[in-house]
Amino acid sequence: MKKQAGDTADSEKKKIVIAVTALNAIDSPGPGVAVIRAIRECPDFDVRIIGLSYDALEPGLYMHDLVDKTYQVPYPSAGTDSLLARLLYIHEIEKIDLIIPNFDAELYNFIKLRDRLKKAGISTFLPDLEQFEARDKIKLYEFGQKHGLLVPADKVLYHAKDLKATAEVLGYPMVVKGKFYDAIIANTLEQAEKAFYKIQAKWGLPVIVQEFINGTEINIAALGDGEGNAISVIPMRKLYITDKGKAWAGITLDDASYIELARKFVKVTKWRGGCELEIMQTADGKPYIMEVNPRFPAWIYLTAAAGQNQPASLVRMALGQKVAPFKKYEIGKMFIRYAWDLITDITEFQSISGNGEHQDKKKVDSKVSLN
Amino acid sequence: MKLKKNIATSAEGFIFNPGTGDSFSTNPIGAEIISLLKEEKTPPMIIDTICAKYDIDPIQFERDLDDFKSQLVDSNILD
Repeated sequence: MKKQAGDTADSEKKKIVIAVTALNAIDSPGPGVAVIRAIRECPDFDVRIIGLSYDALEPGLYMHDLVDKTYQVPYPSAGTDSLLARLLYIHEIEKIDLIIPNFDAELYNFIKLRDRLKKAGISTFLPDLEQFEARDKIKLYEFGQKHGLLVPADKVLYHAKDLKATAEVLGYPMVVKGKFYDAIIANTLEQAEKAFYKIQAKWGLPVIVQEFINGTEINIAALGDGEGNAISVIPMRKLYITDKGKAWAGITLDDASYIELARKFVKVTKWRGGCELEIMQTADGKPYIMEVNPRFPAWIYLTAAAGQNQPASLVRMALGQKVAPFKKYEIGKMFIRYAWDLITDITEFQSISGNGEHQDKKKVDSKVSLN
Repeated sequence: MKLKKNIATSAEGFIFNPGTGDSFSTNPIGAEIISLLKEEKTPPMIIDTICAKYDIDPIQFERDLDDFKSQLVDSNILD
């Protein structure tokens, strides 16, 4: 049979146990639910999905058509040892084939544990630590300079007193950013100082101050095979943006320059896994890389809907299969996010918050009496 | 006055620019002009076609066409 884009040499259907994080499908959503949805839609494999949660109220825990069972895991700040111990405990019960972590803040620990997880029989498909750190916000300008990619000038600051000198170089407006999340546009020194302290309080130091680039925001979801090949690239423009800057609706675009840019990024970094490039396209057509998120974006299901199922392709590569790069996708494919009130009862909630494990729904038989 | 190659249009006057993700709606006359542009008609040819079909002053229509053209340029629809 002829091999098609996204197909593998061996497309035999088999049961795979996949653990996924970032089930917080809230107004600023994690990608986990979208990743699971895309994987479940792939007809080539039968999956059992294990949710890994940090909070008992992550909506994905209660989506029983997507997640079979959930376990709480320690917060990233607890370090790699406690994470490994917890994962090995879960592995003993579930026999996990693959873990797909989807939070920026947890990736460092998962990358550090990659070899030890592999030894235990758990695959991952993550960038190396060097690749992961090269695209860090703190080093992004340097990264762009090295590889001939357009990145706004920035300064990494540890003291608010350095804002004045920074403004003299970058000019106003400038963007004050946290090392993980958040960005505030400042038009005056007073605004910049206020933003600096606000971000420092929330995300700690350093704070990044970046040159303001005016233009149209484009997001690109890409999947690299770790050998320099981009298996899939899908550019998207946000059509509706929430007050937190998150896409509530978006559409796939047809622009070869975005595809080329993502291919170049994957090639120079030899990126392994999913990533999202945040681009600002200026009026004169210059694409500035504003950020590189080292994991799938929350809108990743759109890639599957447009004909390039990135999460499913990642699963195949993680399991050692060869995947051919996709060549086409549907242009003008849109997503519109929506909010939905899931109904559950206190029994389910106590199962995860009290035991750190959310039983398979059909196995939940103990009831909490409120009388 | 040439439409960009990849611009998608419908008979109802819906215009989609797949390079930017922008979409627009025009009135029926706008839709006819877009359709003529897709056939690579020049502005004088468009003026002739529309004025032959409707009872309108060619000078007035030329002004309207210029105005429509600048809207299309602003919307990044033309090459």
